[in-house]
Amino acid sequence: MYTQAMDIPEGNKAPLQSIEQGTASADFDARCAQGDFIEAKDWMPEQYRKTLVRQISQHAHSEIVGMLPEGNWVTRAPSLKRKAILLAKIQDEGGHGLYLYAAAETLGTSRDEMIEALHSGRAKYSSIFNYPTPTWADIGVIGWLVDGAAIMNQVPLCRCSYGPYARAMIRICREESFHQRQGFDLLHAMMQGTEAQRAMVQEAVNRWWWPVLMMFGPEDKDSQHSEQSAKWGIKRLSNDELRQKFVDAIVEQARVLGVTLPDPDLKWNAEHGHHDFGAINWQEFWNVVNGHGPLNKERLAARVQAWDDGAWVREAALAHANKQATRSVAA
Amino acid sequence: MSTRNEWPLWEVFIRSRAGLDHKHCGSVHAPDGALALQAARDVYTRRQEGVSIWVVRADQIIASDPGQKAELFDPMEDKVYRHPTFYQLPDDVNHI
Repeated sequence: MYTQAMDIPEGNKAPLQSIEQGTASADFDARCAQGDFIEAKDWMPEQYRKTLVRQISQHAHSEIVGMLPEGNWVTRAPSLKRKAILLAKIQDEGGHGLYLYAAAETLGTSRDEMIEALHSGRAKYSSIFNYPTPTWADIGVIGWLVDGAAIMNQVPLCRCSYGPYARAMIRICREESFHQRQGFDLLHAMMQGTEAQRAMVQEAVNRWWWPVLMMFGPEDKDSQHSEQSAKWGIKRLSNDELRQKFVDAIVEQARVLGVTLPDPDLKWNAEHGHHDFGAINWQEFWNVVNGHGPLNKERLAARVQAWDDGAWVREAALAHANKQATRSVAA
Repeated sequence: MSTRNEWPLWEVFIRSRAGLDHKHCGSVHAPDGALALQAARDVYTRRQEGVSIWVVRADQIIASDPGQKAELFDPMEDKVYRHPTFYQLPDDVNHI
């Protein structure tokens, strides 16, 4: 998911605790267990703070990097209507990144630290944005499948124990549903078009289906962090549960759309009441997460360049503000 | 990359429509008040969520200490007589 690197081994051990910390920690766990919200200035275990900074900042980075594959198509959208929609969606992604950076900052990290972590490659973003968008159908598939998968993960986060994160997620989820619907609408329009347009949609679905399933992160048996995160109310549903919910929801939508999901093993299992699906290529997932996806280098380079190119604007605006402030003191 | 040149943080409060209070909705970084307003407008009112915005430098806000929650707020817990429902009046008393 947008925070999938949460499940990647980091090698940090739980720190030793003093007796006072132990009591505070027990009180804290009790608050989480009864569904209380934790707010920015409340006492919290260091590990809770660290986990949240990591999760929220990864989520923010994913929103920001997520603008790049779509930005590719702004100048080539097939109509003014589609262009306006795409611009609005990309602006939303930027907004989501900003809500989330602000939520992470309430935990004591700074915007610049987070951006530096992204640009140096220390911080991760969702693996999905390292795949290319060669056709217009990719823009539809990103809305329908990528944002659809994101919504599956984000809705439970609206009840996350950390108040500022939960509030940001509520705002994001409200806006995200437009993203998925416009994607489906775009693909549906293409499916009513020519044979070549239908083939373009099918080809895009074929390329995105498996990487989208990987967005939910490693299988539960291979997932780090999950148990503690569940106890603290940071993560409410497991990777496999979310992935299954997603597959079950998409199968019907794909039928309505008239596309085939590229998995010969995908079929209804009446006994479990869910769809079974084929094995995911986890080697590909780890390759992309570890920096060897089709576009990892290009995406990061585009972010760094945008930041560096904007440096003079940030500096000039700050210099101007400081000068105005000095003048008004002198006056 | 310098981390000392970060733009200051502003808290954003939005009045969703006339007749309602301004309500905290998030924060933005900006070099000054005018640009903070502009950023808040772009980030928090893309769907007509507001008709008025306040921005306040985050470092200018004085907040109560969560550690003092009990001494600040618990004393009101046993003062139920401050609520109208505390008083049982005869059934035939109206408009009171």
